[in-house]
Amino acid sequence: MFKLKCDDFLVYDEATDTYSMSQEQKVRDETERNHWKTAGLTILKDWRLYAMLVPMMLVFFFWKYMPMYSLVGSFKSGDEVEVLEREWVGLANFAHLFEAGEDAIKFWRAFRNTFTLAFYGLLFGFPFPIILALFFNEIRSNITRSIMQVCVYLPKFLSTVIVTTLIISLFKGQGTGQEMGVVSKFLVLICGENSGLGIQAATGNGLILSTRYFRAIYIVSDLWEHAGYDSIVFFAAVIAVSPTSYEAAQIDGAGKMQQMRYVVIPSILSTVIIMLIMKMGSLLSIGYEKLYLYCNSADRGNYDVANVVSTLANEWGSNGSTIYQSYAIAAEMLNNLIGMILVIGSNFISRRASDVSLY
Amino acid sequence: MKRKYEVSELIFKIVSYVFLTIFALMCLYPLIYALSSAFSSQAAVNNSQVVLWPVLGDASSGYYFGLSLKAFEYVAVDQGNTFWIAYANTLFMCGIGTVWCMIYSILGAYALSKKRLLGRHGFNFFLVFTMWFSAGIVPQMLNYEATGNFFASIAGSSYYDIDLKWLVIIAMGMNATNIILLRNSFEGVPSEIEEAARIDGATEMQVLMNVYIPMSKATIATVALFFGISRWNGYFWAMRMMPNQRFSWPVQVYIRNFIDSYSGLIKEVLEGNEWEYSIKTIRPGYEHTDVSVMSVVYTMVICAVIPILCIYPFIQKYFAKGVNMGGVKE
Repeated sequence: MFKLKCDDFLVYDEATDTYSMSQEQKVRDETERNHWKTAGLTILKDWRLYAMLVPMMLVFFFWKYMPMYSLVGSFKSGDEVEVLEREWVGLANFAHLFEAGEDAIKFWRAFRNTFTLAFYGLLFGFPFPIILALFFNEIRSNITRSIMQVCVYLPKFLSTVIVTTLIISLFKGQGTGQEMGVVSKFLVLICGENSGLGIQAATGNGLILSTRYFRAIYIVSDLWEHAGYDSIVFFAAVIAVSPTSYEAAQIDGAGKMQQMRYVVIPSILSTVIIMLIMKMGSLLSIGYEKLYLYCNSADRGNYDVANVVSTLANEWGSNGSTIYQSYAIAAEMLNNLIGMILVIGSNFISRRASDVSLY
Repeated sequence: MKRKYEVSELIFKIVSYVFLTIFALMCLYPLIYALSSAFSSQAAVNNSQVVLWPVLGDASSGYYFGLSLKAFEYVAVDQGNTFWIAYANTLFMCGIGTVWCMIYSILGAYALSKKRLLGRHGFNFFLVFTMWFSAGIVPQMLNYEATGNFFASIAGSSYYDIDLKWLVIIAMGMNATNIILLRNSFEGVPSEIEEAARIDGATEMQVLMNVYIPMSKATIATVALFFGISRWNGYFWAMRMMPNQRFSWPVQVYIRNFIDSYSGLIKEVLEGNEWEYSIKTIRPGYEHTDVSVMSVVYTMVICAVIPILCIYPFIQKYFAKGVNMGGVKE
């Protein structure tokens, strides 16, 4: 007697020598036929789960997605009415940002500053936490390491107001009735009074308000603020490397540097790539709060280097003129779109090249 | 058995100890400086005599080690209670805001961590997209203004009369990254435990409260700290949303405004005069001549940092476990 191999959807009845549809297949067919009904029933059965989701979705909808409707303002005129009621002008606002003129010069300078600060921030700010994590791995005593970690994570948890206040007063210049800040003094001691730095530190504006040194101070203070905290993730990856791998490398005669090169780096590479993609995502949204606190008006000496797209948008958006509001929305939208392309692009490249991807 | 170190290993160890010590001291130094300056005399602060410890005295009589409590006295008592109102505002906004953020984040993350949730990928994308693209400052500001006006029209008053503290509380501090951290940690809880609880008749809420939350304490502590810190340190939006409502200001806005307005005032008052940079310049009738404006600022800074210093070292040990971003994948 020939028996079909079809247990997964048919049942063989020996008494009548017939096949009949299995119970499971009937259920499956039923489910397929009533897809939407089933989905509805599942939702109904798990309604508590969806109810839990509601507050979070509402919060994100109201405060993250609702603002996006104002983005149409970038394609609209500067009439003094609600954003939605303004007249469509197409790409005129964007064209204004690219045409020759004072606003275009300002925009391009802000755009260039955003990229420069972001690029330097990535160049110095990314490898440093990895090095820090490798160093932390060398410290075997838990107590010593904990104390050091508490110290180096601390700046991350201070507010921008406090950090900028402290940085400004440490880098203060010499003016009427005030001496140089402690760090300025120290730098002058190292570089000499007649070097460019010494001369700048001795002026009333100090180093923070100079176009030449602001970037360096910004990058270093950013490093100081974030490096310790950023090293946590890398440190977790480094201590996850199995000790046997080190032993094997040592038996093969590897020195410290070779162990780093052939054991540690390959083990933490996927973490490094993921963190790089994440860093890319926040690259162009560099701290407007911080830059605003360093330079909150156009008459500050460091305006030329510290004015990024978001602070420019803040300046334009709050000067009361609706046409500038449209320019501000357009400028920042461009910036954020480029940022989004950067993160999706780096994610895509990394997925192609190394099978590690974030999203 | 103690292993003998290779030379290269030894060098690396020494370098790492030295480097980390220096870096740790660098991270602490600004706070130490602020603390010492807060307790120093006016002349010592203005002439940058303070390096590590509090310094008293002036240029004519020489500088010496000592503590002056005058700046603290000024902030605490003589200035009136404006600083403490701002402090109480921050405590209020930080406390309620953190609880609110934690409630919706934990509930949402729990739901997202369930495989049986229909449309899970869609919901995840909804969250993750906010990490990629944000509308920007001006649209957000317009949105907050519209919401404020909406609340005001309900209350029957104008935008500037309503208590914007509540708007700051409900509208600020959402963070997709934190929710993803929570979701990942909930996904790591073994499903057998949940099944056991369900067989014992636990409801959805009981499973969350008695199984998931106790099992992901590290992440919850870390995320609560992140939310709390971002509330405590929030400046920009509070400043933009309530520029004129002095008595709703959080402490960060208060400090920055103090610095800005006083440095502006000093420039005006001292046009052509001897630079004195003390509280007395701004408040002519004030009895203590020996208080520097910067000492007052540093005192307020120290007051604003103390709560962070009290809480964060205890949560720090959870960080390595708590911030495992390993699988942010949708």
